[in-house]
Amino acid sequence: MKELGDHIARATGAVPSIRLGELMLETTPDKVIALLAFLRDDPKCLFKQLCDVSGVDWPERPKRFDVVYNLLSLKNNQRVRVKLQTDEATPVPSAAGLFSAANWFERETYDLYGIWFSDHPDLRRILTDYGFEGHPLRKDFPLTGFVEMRWDDVQKRVIYEPVKLQQEFRRFDFLSPWEGSIQRMLPGDEKATEEGKSG
Amino acid sequence: MSDVEIKTLTMNFGPQHPAAHGVLRLVVEMDGEIVERCDPHIGLLHRGTEKLIEYKTYLQAVPYFDRLDYVSPMNQEHAFALAVEKLLGIQAPERAQYIRVLFSEITRILNHLLNVTTFAMDVGALTPPLWGFEQRELLMEYYEQVSGSRMHAAYFRPGGVHQDLPAGMLDSMEGWLKQFYPFLKDLEKLLNENRIFRMRTVDIGTVSAAQAIDWAFSGPMLRASGVPWDLRKAQPYDVYERMDFDIPVGKTGDCFARYLVRVEEMYQSARIMEQCVKALRTVGGPVLVDDRKVAPPRRGEMKGSMEALIHHFKLYTEGYKVPAGETYTVVEAPKGEFGVYLVSDGTNKPYRCKIRAPGFPHLQALDMMTRGHQLADMSANIGSLDIVFGEIDR
Repeated sequence: MKELGDHIARATGAVPSIRLGELMLETTPDKVIALLAFLRDDPKCLFKQLCDVSGVDWPERPKRFDVVYNLLSLKNNQRVRVKLQTDEATPVPSAAGLFSAANWFERETYDLYGIWFSDHPDLRRILTDYGFEGHPLRKDFPLTGFVEMRWDDVQKRVIYEPVKLQQEFRRFDFLSPWEGSIQRMLPGDEKATEEGKSG
Repeated sequence: MSDVEIKTLTMNFGPQHPAAHGVLRLVVEMDGEIVERCDPHIGLLHRGTEKLIEYKTYLQAVPYFDRLDYVSPMNQEHAFALAVEKLLGIQAPERAQYIRVLFSEITRILNHLLNVTTFAMDVGALTPPLWGFEQRELLMEYYEQVSGSRMHAAYFRPGGVHQDLPAGMLDSMEGWLKQFYPFLKDLEKLLNENRIFRMRTVDIGTVSAAQAIDWAFSGPMLRASGVPWDLRKAQPYDVYERMDFDIPVGKTGDCFARYLVRVEEMYQSARIMEQCVKALRTVGGPVLVDDRKVAPPRRGEMKGSMEALIHHFKLYTEGYKVPAGETYTVVEAPKGEFGVYLVSDGTNKPYRCKIRAPGFPHLQALDMMTRGHQLADMSANIGSLDIVFGEIDR
């Protein structure tokens, strides 16, 4: 696997790494098409099948998105993962010209993350509703969403309204050893502050 | 005769149609009876599973996998359990691995029974589903015996399975297997030589091996096109490498080949089940790893041990923290390659859990498969794709 990674690195300039027994190549948006074409056609690679394309959002990074391609070589029984970084504005060249299967995978990534794919034949939303706004898998998109839908009996059609919740969505902080909402006043705490004021 | 301009007719199919196997909407451009183009509109069953999983602990994420492809729930739990185990660096005990393989194959039979019989219904035969669903009921009783639920089992957990098999189950399974082979023979007798069934499926939706690979086909769809590829053989997980079974490969890549591959796979799954039942009579030991930082203690232990009670409480509230890392773990689900791309940032919740559903690329290829066929062949194609919208829309 190490040998294969070095072979690909020499030819394409991608950065290989092996973790948990899985080969990963890091590249940039401008080089990705050349890399994928090499992976597909090189006699030592023959990664003919594009299993999956997905995005990952890291909002604190300057280039917030990862685009991850998972490829499979049926001939060599080998998998490889190609990863690149991009942001909201930089488009990634579409792989739909190389792999027919990339079409819907990229539509899905665009729909859920808002990552642009240039030269894509048909970059429409795929999983979300017609006329949906926003990209739901971004980390800054709330779990409950922004709008909810209901049937309006007066207008005789489905209408969208802002989400109204009876109770805030609760997210506990398990990383701190203490209770998540530590700011809450515990019984007896008020005495301490009163004493502090008077004394 | 003067020139007549023929306009294609754009037709809407679904979203509620008995042949659509769920909520599929197709916008079809027709030239008379011939399909010129079909554009599937999916997402009508989108429930945001991947987003929800990011807000749940690893154990709480397991039931979501049952609800993806709701006719093969345990295989999908299997993929998730294997992914988490890989990141945690643990391995399920031997007995648990046998139980998992046993139930994976039960699930495969469940799935293929549903698909083969409803496919027959799509092209006009009503008896196969009536027979097949009886067998499905019997298998779902095994689901219920181990997990308490007929479909949404949440039985495979990271680290093993939740409970050991109840007493007497292996004997009962042997009895079931004995009557299953004759049943499959009968089912084949209904369809294999059936003239209507053959006319509706042979040479319909033919996919070549190169096309199948290009469109990311997997599972029976890929094998029916003549590519001998099965993840259970190529990249074995759990105890599949100890199992003796064959991989059926189709020759023609049409709807009929896909049907034949699925039927033969049921025979092979039953063979694997036999071997598992035999092995489980001798292989003893725990069914869940003995690591209290991952797996909860047994109920009986909790009654007497303070330590066990604390572990139980911590695991069911906070869960366990998974070391940072990422993995793309796959299993051979009945429909094809089911993958989980799991990214952990070292907390008790997955940072990203991308679900690679086999049906998604299969449905994408429907346009390619259906062009030039008649409208009625489209429902045969959809039936042979074996799609379930739970997993495609997620």
